Amino acid sequence: MTEIHMPRLSDTMEEGVISTWHKQVGDQINRGDVVAEIETDKAVMEMEAYDDGVLEKILVGEGETVPIGVPIGLMGDGSGAAAAAGPSDSGAQESSAGSEDAEASTDSAAAETAPRTAALSSGESGAEPHGRPKASPLARAVAREKGVDLSTVTGTGPGGRIIRVDIEAAAEAATDGAEQRRSQVPESRPAERSEAEQRDPDLEEIPLSNIRKVTARRLTESKQQAPHFYLTSAVDVTDLVSFRADLNERLQASGGPKVSVNDLVVKACATALRANPSVNVSFRDEKLFQHKRVHLGVAVALDSGLVVPVIPDADRKSVSEIAAEGKEKAERARDGKLKPDEMSGSTFSVSNLGMFGIEEFSAVINPPEAAILAVGATREEVQVHDGEFVVRKMMRMTLSADHRAVDGAVGAVFMQQLTSLLQDPIRIIA
Amino acid sequence: MAVITYRQALHDTLREEMLSDENVFLIGEEIGVFEGSYKITAGLLEEFGEKRVRDTPIAEEGFVGAAVGAAMLGLRPVVELMTINFSLLALDQIVNHAAKIYGMFGGQSSAPMVLRTPGGGGQQLGATHSQNIELYYAFVPGLKVVAPSTPADARALLKASLADNDPVLFLENLALYNTKGEVPEDAPPAEIGKAGITRTGSDITIIGYSRMATVATQVAEQLSEEGISAEVIDLRSLRPLDRETLVESVRKTGCAVITEDDWLTYGVGAEIAASISDGAFDYLDAPVRRVAAAEVPLPYAKPLERAALPSAESLKTAVRQTLEAVGHRR
Repeated sequence: MTEIHMPRLSDTMEEGVISTWHKQVGDQINRGDVVAEIETDKAVMEMEAYDDGVLEKILVGEGETVPIGVPIGLMGDGSGAAAAAGPSDSGAQESSAGSEDAEASTDSAAAETAPRTAALSSGESGAEPHGRPKASPLARAVAREKGVDLSTVTGTGPGGRIIRVDIEAAAEAATDGAEQRRSQVPESRPAERSEAEQRDPDLEEIPLSNIRKVTARRLTESKQQAPHFYLTSAVDVTDLVSFRADLNERLQASGGPKVSVNDLVVKACATALRANPSVNVSFRDEKLFQHKRVHLGVAVALDSGLVVPVIPDADRKSVSEIAAEGKEKAERARDGKLKPDEMSGSTFSVSNLGMFGIEEFSAVINPPEAAILAVGATREEVQVHDGEFVVRKMMRMTLSADHRAVDGAVGAVFMQQLTSLLQDPIRIIA
Repeated sequence: MAVITYRQALHDTLREEMLSDENVFLIGEEIGVFEGSYKITAGLLEEFGEKRVRDTPIAEEGFVGAAVGAAMLGLRPVVELMTINFSLLALDQIVNHAAKIYGMFGGQSSAPMVLRTPGGGGQQLGATHSQNIELYYAFVPGLKVVAPSTPADARALLKASLADNDPVLFLENLALYNTKGEVPEDAPPAEIGKAGITRTGSDITIIGYSRMATVATQVAEQLSEEGISAEVIDLRSLRPLDRETLVESVRKTGCAVITEDDWLTYGVGAEIAASISDGAFDYLDAPVRRVAAAEVPLPYAKPLERAALPSAESLKTAVRQTLEAVGHRR
């Protein structure tokens, strides 16, 4: 079997187009015969055969482009063995896949062009293609800024185009009522007032902190890109609460720091993640990554926004170590002294709003993590045990998981183990 | 501060530069004994001698090539091409040699030279003598193309061009030679690549260069009486192009009209319009309009020539129409 390769026909040639095949499958080829015409970056050139044989397979069709060196045809003895064996390296497959991609993108380009052309022509007739109102870029920008819905505005420009004055008129009409209700508001920082404020004196624009900007961007991405699903469990934490009280007494006696319920939850999560590595994953760039270490992020709310200090290797730390490290990092976060690397690299996060009396909530995943646990408040509830009413301390927690990376059952097993750990707290520190 | 003509400003600046730097020399057709077709070089042969004011045969490619060589060897040639139309004969020297020397020799050599040349129509000189083909040169990386519209700019840009280490096409305009303006003698050289805002305004931006920049300024003055506040930008330099200034202005006004003496299709205005679309798309309230010359070889007959060139009236109409379309309340 002999492969025919895309030849290098000039110094600058990197790829070539098969312009014409002069031989068909089954044709006898003699050395020196013109097999094909190749179009390079400079010219169309004839390609001669270096060997004798029978053309058994054409790998690259006329009009197709491939890099130099890629097999374009197979020659054999005429038995068809060469064709059956196929080309030796994957170059041909890659190139054909490449050309399929090219075709696909051409198709989608064509598909995109078609409605666009239609939009242009119907635009001229004054219609609204796809229900999208005709508006000047400036009108669109001003509408965005003032929060005016373009579809509610009548354009007075050429062909009914919405122009800036139309948006301004609409915004003015909307704020007229507000103007009348205006109370005596002290005019602070008049020079710095934004346009929105000038329209509505009851509105004050707050400059975005960097943290808030980043939080806004990342959480939007997360909610848009990660398909979230939620699993809620109710945990009986009666034992956990008394365990914690007991533990803190002992720790205090030995001069150690107190641990919170959240520290126990963090430690329990780390243990459950170690046991369920399928939850300790990330989904990034269409790829699934398994983390070999367990780094827990603990969400802390600041005035300037949300930060998530990370406790690295939380599964290998004791609860009191986690408590001390968490407390110290949260304090530094409040002072704005947390270093960026202390806020990144977490593989799972815990968010606790129990101290605010929130019973149950679902958190947004902190990308690229695949899951986050939202922990609610502990409160006494009447439960039924063996047919009797008993009062137990209950806590609800909700796992938000990225369904691209974690399946429902995998998340459920994790929650089951976590619940079981929290209900049998001695195992948390085991 | 003296009020002098554009012509005088060029003459005075050339003389000044020759006095201060003995490497500066002039070369071109009829610039010596005849003192130049437009008398820019009047008296300079007498003052500086034949070595520094060199009359040449009618051989554009030859004397531009000689200037490229002189520039590479350390002199500062100022070439006068009688009109930009004749520069086509030296196209190879300008585009393939002067422009490329710095890049092709890895910065080891350059061709610091100034190619002075008048262009423009309106003088009844016929189609081959009335062109605005500066675009051909503005297209070429390695060249700089400047186009002063006032006597003060003529001085400031000529000084800057002579100080520049790249070849500079210095575009003059026949219609501007006799225009007058104040020329501060102690003004520093201009910054090549920096556009000028000749008039500030808030409703619309008018962008022009060379003769049309002066027309635009007059038009803006007249329109202000109609309650239109137009900002006028004089590009001054076609390459490098000061996109920042024009984009900033359009971001402020939301509308733009571009005016140019050259032809519409593929013209300087197309480049400006693309820059505006790129940098100020969200700030546009109306399509960018262009006012340019009719797409014909310029006629000889006076009424036809007038009709073919962009005028103050056609510019005014374009500005009014643009503003009417966006509901500008006058």
